[in-house]
Amino acid sequence: MSTTRAMAILLAKELRLEFRTRELLSATIVFALVIVVLFSFAFDPTAAESRRYGPGLLWIAFLFAGSLMLNPSFAREQTNDTLDALRMAPISAFAILSAKMLANFIFMSLVELVLVPVFSVLYNVSLTGVAGRLILVLVLGTIGLTVTGTVFSAISSHARMRELLLPLLLLPILTPLLIGAVEATASLLVDQPELDRTWVALLAGFDIVFLTASWLLCDYLIEE
Amino acid sequence: MSVTPATSRTAVSPFGISFNGVEKRFGSFVALRGVSLQILSGEFVALLGANGAGKTTLLRIAALLASPSRGKVQFTVGHGSGDCSDPGEAKKLIGMVGHSTLLYDELTAAENLSLFAQLYGLDDITARVADSLQACGLGSRTASLVRTFSRGMRQRLAIARALLHGPRLLLLDEPAAGLDRQGLVWLGTTLEALRKDGCTVLMSTHARNESLDLATRAVALAGGLVQHDSGPGGDPRPVLAALRAEA
Repeated sequence: MSTTRAMAILLAKELRLEFRTRELLSATIVFALVIVVLFSFAFDPTAAESRRYGPGLLWIAFLFAGSLMLNPSFAREQTNDTLDALRMAPISAFAILSAKMLANFIFMSLVELVLVPVFSVLYNVSLTGVAGRLILVLVLGTIGLTVTGTVFSAISSHARMRELLLPLLLLPILTPLLIGAVEATASLLVDQPELDRTWVALLAGFDIVFLTASWLLCDYLIEE
Repeated sequence: MSVTPATSRTAVSPFGISFNGVEKRFGSFVALRGVSLQILSGEFVALLGANGAGKTTLLRIAALLASPSRGKVQFTVGHGSGDCSDPGEAKKLIGMVGHSTLLYDELTAAENLSLFAQLYGLDDITARVADSLQACGLGSRTASLVRTFSRGMRQRLAIARALLHGPRLLLLDEPAAGLDRQGLVWLGTTLEALRKDGCTVLMSTHARNESLDLATRAVALAGGLVQHDSGPGGDPRPVLAALRAEA
C-alpha cells in the first residue's frame, strides 16, 4: 500500500477520534484563549503597544497551546497499545507519523482560526489588509510547530514524565521558528505592512529541515 | 522469494518462522538468552513457561514489534524452501493477539475492523467485517463503541482483528484472557479450523486453557531459555501433562 493511501486512512481515523470526543481541541482552544485574555489584562492593549508586543504574545500562545495539544498525539496510542497494531500493519512508519502531523496541523489551524480574530479584537489590531500574508506566515509557522511537536511527542511518549518532557524538549528547539514567525508577523502589523521575506525563508527552511529529518528518522521514531 | 499477499481468504501460503540464537536485552535485564527454534509451517506450538520466562518477548520479536539484541529471525515461505526477508511482505501474513486489545476504545467494533482491513489492503471490507463480527458473536454490537464492551467482548474483537486479514502465522499471547465459557468454545473452534487450514500458530498460554489440546508441539521457556521442546512431530502431551500437574 502506498504511503499516501495509508496516511489518508490514518488521518481519517485521527479526525474521527478527535471530532468524536473533542477533548483535545476544546481544551486547547480554551487554554489558548485564556493566555491571550490574560495577556490583555497584563498589558495595556492600545494599538501602538499591540504592534510591539502582539506578535510575540500571539505566537507564545500558539506554542504553549501546541505543546499542550501535541502531547497526547502518541500518548493516546498507548491506552491499548494501538501503536503496536499500526506497526504490525504493512504500512510505512512515515505514513503513521505523517498522518499524525497532518491531523495536528488541522487541529492547530482550527485553534488559530478561533484565536486570531479574538486577538485582533482584544488587542485592537486590524488584520483585514494583511489577511493573505498573515495566513502564509501562520501556515508556515504551524507546519514547523506540528512537525517538530509530533516528532517530539513520539520521542517522549514512552517517558514517565512525558507531560513535562515534551515542552522541555520542544520549546528550545522551536526558538528559531518563534523568532521567524514573530518577526514576520510583526512586519505585517506596522503602518506600512510589508512581509519580510527573510523571516518567511527562515520559516520555510525550518519546515523543510524538520520534515526531511522526520522522514529520514521515522523508523527509529515509531519503533519500540 | 516473494510472498503471496493475504488479500483473499483463499491465500494459503505455508509460513514458518525460525529463531536463531535470539537474545533480547532490556538494559541490564536479559529477557531471552539465545533462543533457537525452528517452527515449521502448519505447526501449532504451545509456548509455556512461568511469568517472566520470555514468552511475550519472543512473540513480540516474531511479530516484528521488537528487534533481537543478538541473533536472527527468519520467516520461511512454502514448505521450508524459501526465506521471506521483506518485513512488509511478512507483516501481511502475521496476525497477533497481544496482552492489550490493540483496539481503539472510541471507535465502534465495525470501525476498528474496517480501519485495519483498509490498512491491510483487503477487498470487500463491509462484508468481511460483518462476517467477522458475526463469527465472533458481536454481530449485534457492530455500531457500539469498544469502550462500552466488557473485557470478554473486547478480547473476542481483538481476536477477530488479528484474524481479519487471513494470517498464515498467528501469534497468540494468552488469547483466552477474559473469555467466558462460550468465548472459549468459539476460540477453540476457530483455532481448530485454522490448524486444519495449515495456519502456523504460536500460542503462549496457561495450563488451564483447553485450546492447549490442539497443540502439535510444546515448547517450555524458563529464564529466557528453551527448557523443553517436544520438537516437530514429537508428542507434546508429556510436557503439557507435566505443566498441568504443576498447575
